[in-house]
Amino acid sequence: MAPTTAPSKLQFSPAGQTEIKRLLTHYPAERSKSVLLPVLHIAQAEFGGWVSPEVQDLVAETLGIRPIEVYEVATFYTMYNLKPVGKHVLEICRTGPCMLRGSDELTANLERITGAKVGETSPDGNFTLKEVECLAACGFAPVVQVREQYYESLDTPEAVDAMLNDLRAQIHRPILPWEMLGEVHSQQQ
Amino acid sequence: MGRKLLTEHVNVEGIETFEVYRKHGGYRAVEKALKTMTPDEVVDEVKKSGLRGRGGAGFPTGLKWSFLAKPEGVPRYLVCNADESEPGTFKDRYLMSKLPHLLIEGMIAGSYALGARTSYIYIRGELLYVLRILEKAIAEAYAAGFLGENILGSGYSLDLHVHPGAGAYICGEETALLESLEGKRGNPRNKPPFPAVQGLYARPTVVNNVESIATVVPILNLGGDEYAKIGVGKSTGTKLFSACGHLNKPGIYELELGVPVEEFIYSDEYCGGIWKGRELKAVVAGGSSVPILPKELILKTAAGENRLMTYESLSDGGFVTGTMLGSGGFVAMDETTCIVKNTWNFSRFYHHESCGQCSPCREGTGWMEKVLHRLEHGHGSMHDIDLVVSVAKQIEGNTICPLGEAAAWPVAAAVRHFRDEFEWHVKHPHEATRPGAVYQGAGVLA
Repeated sequence: MAPTTAPSKLQFSPAGQTEIKRLLTHYPAERSKSVLLPVLHIAQAEFGGWVSPEVQDLVAETLGIRPIEVYEVATFYTMYNLKPVGKHVLEICRTGPCMLRGSDELTANLERITGAKVGETSPDGNFTLKEVECLAACGFAPVVQVREQYYESLDTPEAVDAMLNDLRAQIHRPILPWEMLGEVHSQQQ
Repeated sequence: MGRKLLTEHVNVEGIETFEVYRKHGGYRAVEKALKTMTPDEVVDEVKKSGLRGRGGAGFPTGLKWSFLAKPEGVPRYLVCNADESEPGTFKDRYLMSKLPHLLIEGMIAGSYALGARTSYIYIRGELLYVLRILEKAIAEAYAAGFLGENILGSGYSLDLHVHPGAGAYICGEETALLESLEGKRGNPRNKPPFPAVQGLYARPTVVNNVESIATVVPILNLGGDEYAKIGVGKSTGTKLFSACGHLNKPGIYELELGVPVEEFIYSDEYCGGIWKGRELKAVVAGGSSVPILPKELILKTAAGENRLMTYESLSDGGFVTGTMLGSGGFVAMDETTCIVKNTWNFSRFYHHESCGQCSPCREGTGWMEKVLHRLEHGHGSMHDIDLVVSVAKQIEGNTICPLGEAAAWPVAAAVRHFRDEFEWHVKHPHEATRPGAVYQGAGVLA
């Protein structure tokens, strides 16, 4: 299937390209489309925390599939952000078990502290608030997930402050997921 | 204190590493299987154990394995369902992050039993940090010769990969999971054909929950018959329960099946009672998809017998007075909980997570959410209470996958057991919407 768009000007980083090549070895050669979800995660991490139409085209071109095959997937799964986001996306669980232990209050507090409403980014560009469904951490509710971190038992102002301070300290280029894995992969090969 | 077969060593320092896991008896099950058993003998042990799928449906795992088609020269797959997303459930995340090698060991034994040469762990995308833990552990297992070519000189070879999802509850349904693993939207498939015949890449495939696969390890170590002696009746062995909501000690508990529900909630050995010295009002015993039960019916069956933490006891009374063990996601609600708000919250969840391919579910979940929203917010009518039940009935049984039932059952049960609270919301819209107000029966307002 030939890509139907003009070649993209965007490019994955060398580390990203290496990671995509490694992931492709996990699936039968004729089933390489399987790698689409992981590659969209890589794309989102590399291009500012969201997948623009251009980034989705790059993914299609990289995998040799039609752009529509990427669009339909990117719009189905809630983790792919389709709009620009702040430096940290706070995914606040709103489902039953978290609600029972104060997720409504948590969301209201985060809106007040960051100055962003759910679905928006704070004026300083640091925090995007996003309500999500169950994060599988119900025993430690209420819960916020930020990239690869889970912040649990956020039922006190102190716990919320500690989370936000921790995140403010990490406002720089995010560590890309596969950069932490160099050691592991060399072991595997 | 019951036996711990899965989590016995969970607090040992370094148990997430190959070395420490091995020192505590890890990978004995794989050695036993590959060196002394044929694949069919492994399947037989799992059949004898009586293990029932730990993801929610409770279907016998050994039987599921025996359905796998085995045409000559066609690859087959074992896929681990690590898409844990059922509200109230968080046991698989715990198991994988604390004991990654237990899952890997189960995957090797299971793949050997089924004749799979490549296997996948499909993990929900939110758990990227757990994916890192698993990848690290898999690399260790390769380095130690438990994965890759010719494992332990047995001639059996296996590759194991972890694959992330990206946020979709529906991918916990096995055919949606397979679609997602193929790089597509998570739309469940029509069945038949079942995955056992045409699963991943249209090849014969078994999809099992994390805990089911991990449990294969103690089954092989003990022997299926010994394992089956633990528990009560057809509820054999131990099971992980995710306790959450208004409990003093929420968390993960591994129980021998058969502990009385009352003991589980109130004993200091387990959940330690209801928080803030309050009374228990209701429990959702097996993840958000199972019917809610009021205190009286979760502690005792309609016949007045003590309710036990078993598949049979929890479902005693069917959906009229009983519920289901489901995934073991145990959500306790105290006396201040608004059942209408809670029901609305769960129906919003199912509306959000419906994949949208079947009209009854796509439209019905949205309709239920809308009606429950107006009941909760003081704009509902008496007719709405019957309407929401009627919509639930029309979803049930009319969809490709069980998400329809999962959305319908909790709503029907909430109205069945707490109808007076719904009616109170209609009759007293101002009181019902006052912050902190809770209906406590007979028109009393807290």
